[in-house]
Amino acid sequence: MATALTRRAALGTAASALGLLAAPALSRAQGTARLLVIGGGFGGASAARFARLHHPEVEVTLVEPLTRFVTCPYGNLLLSGFRGIGDITHSYDRLRGRGVRVVHDRAEAIDAAARTVRLAGGETLRYDKLILSPGIALRWGAIEGYDEAAAERMPHAWVPGDGGQIQLLRRQLEAMPDGGVVGFAIPPNPFRCPPGPYERISMVAAYLKRHKPRSKILALDAKDAFSKQGLFQDGWRALYGGMIEWVPASQDGRVVRVDPAERVLETEFGTRHRVDVANVIPPQSAARIVLDSGLADTSGWAQVDPATFASRAAADIHVVGDAGNGAPMPKSGYIANNTAKQAVASAIAALRGVPPPEPLYFNTCYSHVGEEYGISIVGIYRVGPNGIVEVPNSGGVSPRGDLPEQRRLEALHADSWYASITEDMFG
Amino acid sequence: MERITAALGMVGLLVLGVAAPAAATGPAPLAAQGCLGCHGPGGAGMASVPPLAGRDAQQIEAMLRGFRDDALPGTIMNRIARGYTDAEIAALAAYFAATR
Repeated sequence: MATALTRRAALGTAASALGLLAAPALSRAQGTARLLVIGGGFGGASAARFARLHHPEVEVTLVEPLTRFVTCPYGNLLLSGFRGIGDITHSYDRLRGRGVRVVHDRAEAIDAAARTVRLAGGETLRYDKLILSPGIALRWGAIEGYDEAAAERMPHAWVPGDGGQIQLLRRQLEAMPDGGVVGFAIPPNPFRCPPGPYERISMVAAYLKRHKPRSKILALDAKDAFSKQGLFQDGWRALYGGMIEWVPASQDGRVVRVDPAERVLETEFGTRHRVDVANVIPPQSAARIVLDSGLADTSGWAQVDPATFASRAAADIHVVGDAGNGAPMPKSGYIANNTAKQAVASAIAALRGVPPPEPLYFNTCYSHVGEEYGISIVGIYRVGPNGIVEVPNSGGVSPRGDLPEQRRLEALHADSWYASITEDMFG
Repeated sequence: MERITAALGMVGLLVLGVAAPAAATGPAPLAAQGCLGCHGPGGAGMASVPPLAGRDAQQIEAMLRGFRDDALPGTIMNRIARGYTDAEIAALAAYFAATR
């Protein structure tokens, strides 16, 4: 909790430590510049923390409905039993301690012209710059029969909320008889966390191998190829034998309809797969506030300037995280964290009347295939005349082949990544 | 704990692109932030991932170049180092060397 006094004191100390110049351009008639952040996840929490750390002269308010944040990353490890819910749940207390005003409410509407945001609780917040990082919305009904009620029987576990969905999926696995079938419906691109469904398949396989070894996994995919495909399939063969059947779109893998009561996944050409546990990951769009505010185009995602993540549709708003279109960068937590910092630095540069920093984006996504079997994809990205481009001859996926030490180290580094990035968000 | 020295302040301004003349041609704005997702708060290291903060600049630079040229074995650093220019590698090294 930062009173005006402690904030001023903290500002003085940090500013002198940094050797920061006074920034008169930042001072508005009524006081310091106001940065408002909507969404307390990988984009929003990173933005708020970075702003306090590197731009202590700016007032930072973070709006997030939930009082504790459950991460999507490492959620899959709850299914294998390698982690518990407490391991992936984070508090906003330390951000408060850094002087972020954390408001637990839902942002209802943005008035871009007036630079205000109305909250569900009735409060209206003013801003000079808005960092919008509200995440995704699931497109209910995009798969016929898959609505919010269906998700109670066939969990998506793709928007973490309070952790209820991933815990529901875990309980369903526990209740399933040995010899059962776990079905997956996997969406087309683009969607949150491209390797996520395949890590999840791996973690379910790890659970089944140990507790229900006669069971099968049926992965029905709306795509013909997926992230780190060769590495995942190598790992599946090495660790889980023939347990996993992956069905691509070209072999009738695309789920178009579900029957939650019967736990049936029905594909494009009418094949009805009756399963014992179903994880339906539906098609997605940017979160509702992005759509309602007119910040998304017909693709359902916010279009942004790739150098600053400023909205193409409204002034003084930067859209970061999975809600924005950062293609060809993936919708990953690392990219959300990384681009949120660029957005904050760019927003503050604009307030100062100086050019934004040169963009250079970085991504690493680790996936667990087994407890001591990790794989990764790395990307370094620059902004060219036609948008974001991956630096040629860099990045890419882990080497293939029989490399047990590489896999062991990557699983270990994945754990370090999780600890590190959540510190960079909430610490 | 991220204690930042006056020297870092200068590098930080360059890296953050606040010093506009340097930013126009300067290397790797915010690139150092990209390292923190794995290398811990302020580059202090995290579990299996070694620290960068406070290491000798020449050592960091030599390691990054070594990874880039496959002269040094790494788990994922070879793939990463190939994404950066000489100037960016030098700036990253200077940044972390000045971080305590």
